[in-house]
Amino acid sequence: MSAFILSLLTFLPVAGALLILTNWLGEGRARCVAFATSLLNLGLALSMFSRFDGARAGFQFVERHEWIKPLAVNYHLGVDGLGILMVLLSTLLVPMALMASPRTVDRPRLYFPLLLFLECGLIGTFTALNFFHWFLFWEISLIPAFFLVRFWGGPGRTGASLQFFIYTMVGSVGLLLAFVALFLAVGVFDFTRLGELATSGTIPLAVSKMTSGGATSTCISWLIFAGAFLGFAVKVPLMPFHTWLPDTYSEAPPAVTMLLTGAMSKMGVYGFIRILLPIFPAQLLTLQPWLVGLAVLTIVSSAGAAFAQRDLRRTFAYSSVNHLGYCLLGIFALAGAGPESARSSALAGVLLQMFNHGLTAALLFWFLKLLEDRIGGRVRLDEAGGLRQIMPVFTGLMGISLFSSLGLPGLNGFIGEFLIFKGVFAMHPWAAALATPGLLITAVFLLTILQKVFNGPVKEQHATLPDLTVVERIQLAPAITLLFLIGIHPQILMGPLSGFIQHVGGGHP
Amino acid sequence: MAAWSIYISFIGAGLIAMLPRNRAHLAPWLALLSAFAGFAFALTGAFDPNPGSFHILARHSWIDAMGATYLLGIDGISLTLILLTGLAAICGILFSWNIRERAPEFFALYLALIGSVYGVFLSFDLLLFFVFYELAIVPKYFLIAIYGSTRREYGAMKLALYSFVGSAMVLVGLLAAYAISGGETFDLVKLAQHPFPREFQMWAFPLVFTGFAILAGLWPFHTWAPTGHVAAPTGASMLLAGVIMKLGAYGCLRVAITLFPRGLEPWGFSVIGFGSWQDVFGFLAVTGIVSGAMVALVQRDFKFVIGYSSVSHMGFVLLGLVTLSTIGMRGAILQMFSHGVIAGLLFGVVGRMVYDRTHTRDLDLLSGFRLNQALPFACAIFCLAGFASMGMPGFSGFVAELQVLSGAWHSFPLLTLVSGVGIVIGVAYTLRAMQKAFFTTPPPTPVTQGTHHEMDGAPITLPEKIGAVILITTSLVVGLYPGILLRWIDEGLASPLFDLLRQGGLS
Amino acid sequence: MNYLDFFATLLPETTLVLTALAVLLVDAAGLRELKTAHRILGASLVSLLGCALSVAFVCMGHGSSYLLDGILINDPLTRLIKVAILIPGMFTCLLTPGSRLRAHPGEYFCILLLAMTGLLLLVSSENLLVIFLSLELASMCLYILAAFNTTDARSIEAGLKYFLFGGISAAFTLFGFSLIYGLTGSIDLRPIAGALGQSTDPLLMVAVVMVIAGFGFKIAAVPFHLWAPDVYEAAPLSSAAFIASGSKVASFYVLARVVITGLGGTTGVPGSQWMTLLAILAGSSMVLGNLAALTQTSVRRLLAFSAVANAGYMLIGVLAPGSGGLPALAYYLILYSITAIGAFGVVALVEARAGHDRLDAFSGLCRNSPVTAFCLMVFLLSLAGIPPLGGFFAKFYLFAAALRASPGDPLILSLVVLAIASSAVSLYYYLRVLKEVYVRPVAGAEPAPIPDLPVIGLFILAIAVILLGSFPQWLVHAVESAQAASSF
Repeated sequence: MSAFILSLLTFLPVAGALLILTNWLGEGRARCVAFATSLLNLGLALSMFSRFDGARAGFQFVERHEWIKPLAVNYHLGVDGLGILMVLLSTLLVPMALMASPRTVDRPRLYFPLLLFLECGLIGTFTALNFFHWFLFWEISLIPAFFLVRFWGGPGRTGASLQFFIYTMVGSVGLLLAFVALFLAVGVFDFTRLGELATSGTIPLAVSKMTSGGATSTCISWLIFAGAFLGFAVKVPLMPFHTWLPDTYSEAPPAVTMLLTGAMSKMGVYGFIRILLPIFPAQLLTLQPWLVGLAVLTIVSSAGAAFAQRDLRRTFAYSSVNHLGYCLLGIFALAGAGPESARSSALAGVLLQMFNHGLTAALLFWFLKLLEDRIGGRVRLDEAGGLRQIMPVFTGLMGISLFSSLGLPGLNGFIGEFLIFKGVFAMHPWAAALATPGLLITAVFLLTILQKVFNGPVKEQHATLPDLTVVERIQLAPAITLLFLIGIHPQILMGPLSGFIQHVGGGHP
Repeated sequence: MAAWSIYISFIGAGLIAMLPRNRAHLAPWLALLSAFAGFAFALTGAFDPNPGSFHILARHSWIDAMGATYLLGIDGISLTLILLTGLAAICGILFSWNIRERAPEFFALYLALIGSVYGVFLSFDLLLFFVFYELAIVPKYFLIAIYGSTRREYGAMKLALYSFVGSAMVLVGLLAAYAISGGETFDLVKLAQHPFPREFQMWAFPLVFTGFAILAGLWPFHTWAPTGHVAAPTGASMLLAGVIMKLGAYGCLRVAITLFPRGLEPWGFSVIGFGSWQDVFGFLAVTGIVSGAMVALVQRDFKFVIGYSSVSHMGFVLLGLVTLSTIGMRGAILQMFSHGVIAGLLFGVVGRMVYDRTHTRDLDLLSGFRLNQALPFACAIFCLAGFASMGMPGFSGFVAELQVLSGAWHSFPLLTLVSGVGIVIGVAYTLRAMQKAFFTTPPPTPVTQGTHHEMDGAPITLPEKIGAVILITTSLVVGLYPGILLRWIDEGLASPLFDLLRQGGLS
Repeated sequence: MNYLDFFATLLPETTLVLTALAVLLVDAAGLRELKTAHRILGASLVSLLGCALSVAFVCMGHGSSYLLDGILINDPLTRLIKVAILIPGMFTCLLTPGSRLRAHPGEYFCILLLAMTGLLLLVSSENLLVIFLSLELASMCLYILAAFNTTDARSIEAGLKYFLFGGISAAFTLFGFSLIYGLTGSIDLRPIAGALGQSTDPLLMVAVVMVIAGFGFKIAAVPFHLWAPDVYEAAPLSSAAFIASGSKVASFYVLARVVITGLGGTTGVPGSQWMTLLAILAGSSMVLGNLAALTQTSVRRLLAFSAVANAGYMLIGVLAPGSGGLPALAYYLILYSITAIGAFGVVALVEARAGHDRLDAFSGLCRNSPVTAFCLMVFLLSLAGIPPLGGFFAKFYLFAAALRASPGDPLILSLVVLAIASSAVSLYYYLRVLKEVYVRPVAGAEPAPIPDLPVIGLFILAIAVILLGSFPQWLVHAVESAQAASSF
């Protein structure tokens, strides 16, 4: 089975979605089918994770079939440390999102299949090793996300979904143009092959020979880089390409936001590591100071923006940008040379941060959804208060997540940020120093939330809010446990990553 | 065998035209039958032991005095396009099932149009090619003028005149080429190997290319396309966008580029950055891509959106053709196929499924109908087709655009970036149309404009469903397994017809 | 030579003259008591018979003979052209019963037959004097035919206009002929060609201008076309039809003969500008003819301007160096005469029931007479040059032949470009008519049905147009071998 386990993992959600769409089991079972499918997928991913040989550097569970010969397209799947981590994260988040979905969702026969299609897109993106179908999944994940926001979003959903889709498409078109140019130059769509060609210096040479037009080859190679960069920068997002994000996150239904911030934003980070770092080392190196600067800007200003928000959804949205900024900081630092320990520490930090942010941010939005359901509308900082007295369990659990997001040692959020800062500090001390205010502001606004929402006098209209039900507690428990588990014993994630970290982080880019 | 697709269409047209009045209800069935037969005959070409390479289907003496022969042939490019024609014909008929008024005439004209399109794609004698090419003008005029909607007489006349002016330009170049080559033959294969003088090619190429490209919607000669598409009845606009525009692009490739490859060489001087006809047409193609998309973005009429999107997409075909690289041309041909399928489907949804039921195409008014609940099937198909049209991977348009852009990088790096902008705007207008037509819920205020219109509540009929499913499946299958078509096209591009082009540095 | 030869050669013409007399006699003797309609029918049958006989005699001719130093020629090409004159003549006879003739049917047919005789003689001579005389014979008859409807003021006006223009042009022609005679001392074309040689005499230029002006009137080339719209519109329909078809064929043929045989030697000589002159005539005819046709509402006037434009195209055949364009010109003439007579036939049918020939008379034609509508579509699209109809191939053949005969000649090339460009415009006005026929609903009350018999004739013509366009090999072969066997 391991021969095609990745395909199975990718297309199992599609099968589930089709099962729901055909309405064979009835509309009422849609939720159960979706949940079962996602759990099955999670099980598969876990079994894969357990069999994954972390010490090896290369790709495992590889599948490779010839597909479109004239275009040198192969169906090429495989996961390395980065890939399996992301697959695990995606399969983990989908059941969470399903649980966070409203009990009586409108048109369930459309909603659940779309979520499952989204899962398919996510897993496909994280396992594809050929540009052609990688891009296919990259785009496919966009369509269900668009419809989920468009149909089940808040009042501003029309504009938000349109903005989200078009921004991301701009990035995608940039990516497409870049890869098409690379294909013309070297005739390859395979990521690993492209990486090898880049290392051997073939790509710049081929690019310079490629065009017969007027533009010079340096200009062309910069254009190609810019296209690819844009694609990922929008998806993560890197400031100043982030403006679609707050609207989308706050208008999307919470369950979808969980997936958007938890998994989809990781597609961009994944792209930076999988594609940009190996294929465009020279350009990244040249631009490194600027990029690191942008990452710092992202970190600091998004933290500031989060602080300035009154709507909790928007706060968390900006906080999400902020956390991903750390990842980008680490990645851009990796573009340059540096001592091996610093590099591997930064890389390990980035990987852990990706996973942990995914988990924590998703949890936060889940809590927010639970709270919104109770108070019957958006949670605004000034309008809530004193919830600790009326819903203590909720307060406790959400507090744990908030502290995790803040980076409290002992919880999962700490280790990633710590490693990133450790690595970056050794290579770019000034950048690390400049980014620390971001940490500080994050702490301030998270504590403000704790204070304003949970402490203080109870608002009259909130006095009768029920605490978490037993079912909800059971649903939340595994995730909360995971926060602690990773925080205390990060080795369970680090283990399988060691080979990858050694391979990518070691030595010079 | 594939040649029979021409004959069967004309036979079908003749039979339907002669149907007695009390048997008029048989017309669509007969039409469907001959369209199926035509497609089946076209499909036999695919089962040839060597389907992609050039071979002759029929050769008979025709006008000996002028050296014209009745020469039908087929290669991978023709094969791809006749298969498209067959599909478009079948689906067009399925989408025209509700035509009652003067139905036999409609289907007769329709099949005559199909027959001449098959003829164009299979002719390898220049005169015969031209005869079929012009033959297509008449039925399409009547199809639009008689059965059309908005400003149909104007749209039909504009379409006919633009086509005719284009073919007049082609005729001039063709006659000159005939005279210069010695007036011996119209055989395309022989003419393609005749080394025409460079100075002659320098003016003949732009003339013939533009002549054909008018029908392919080359900016700024594209204005017939939106008006024509909008005016046409659904079946005809499916054919117009699906097949007729391809005639022009096919002519550009088969005649202009094949016969006059040196016309694309640099002039030796440059005028505001243009150093050759290649640059000029590349620029026009990209302008078409971007301007078509931008105009589509601000249309109120649903069909105009699709009409201008056709202009934009055909820009990719022309761009691919003038890249003069194998990959670009391959992409262009695949884009012809892909656009034929997708645009056909979009027109089918807008013209038949939506318009025939709501009787309006105004995007603002359509929002009053809550179409996503009233016509869920139409909504789903439009979404799929819309995503296919934006170039989502997995659908045929993506593979095609990918190759066109790849070829374009080779020749026009900067224009490629601009065409990227076109793709983004393409996403925007498709989403905008989708939002407005299907997903907007009218404000709850009493009696908006839209609710005045009474919706014809007829559910989507079976023929419509079958047609839509055929087309969307084709797009998906080709998008996921483009290998077969690409192999045929590659073999077609490797035929001796392109020898001169290869000598001129086709890469 | 002996007189038997002479008689045998003139047998078709003789037949026509005898028929003309016979028609008069029959009408006067046997039909006077009957209703006008029946008299017309009777006379037309007799004329038809005569024409058919004449066609038979033309077809029976063989070989080439060149009698009396070119006063009378009989070669395959001439015979072909004679048939091309007689067939429209026959259809004119068929059309006449529908063309609202009130009196004197016998005389009408008599004059028609005499006009045909004149035209036949015109095309079978290389002698300037005979050419002029037969031209006048034909013209006189045509003037009368145009003005035959004495009760209709417009018909008379048309006839008068035709007569005045014709008279002046005849004077021009005669003056030109006399100058040529003065320059060369001969009235036979071949000696003339020999004597002119490479002459650059300015007087020759004057003579050429005169001759071309005279023939320009007959073929209705701009700027000598002003009579055409009025005559086409107001003359009795059958007269107009014959002027548009048979007379046009003969005039073109004789123009080609005078220019190519008589003046051909001076081709390319810098001093002799007749090519440029004809080219200007051709170009302005195409452009003006097509542009003027765009705005017409009367279908007959529309056909008149279309005839002007077609004269422009055909002049390209005359201009092609040597006799390279001649077979193509002959093909074009034959096709054009068939198409024109067919189109007039449909107009006749429509006019007979609607009372006028404006565009709206045609609306809804496809409903109550699909076959007539189909025929009209074939004729008009053939005139527009849509394949696979004869008109397309005629144009294609003509242009290709002209270009092939002179590859790289800028004059011919630019004329061809202009012709193709202006013919692209022509589609507009033909489609305007067809739009009425096919798209518009029937205007007003349901009109009277169209009789079947004439429709069959028209249908045969339409089929001929389609077949000649789809399988042109037969006729192309005929004209090419005829030209090869002729002394042209």
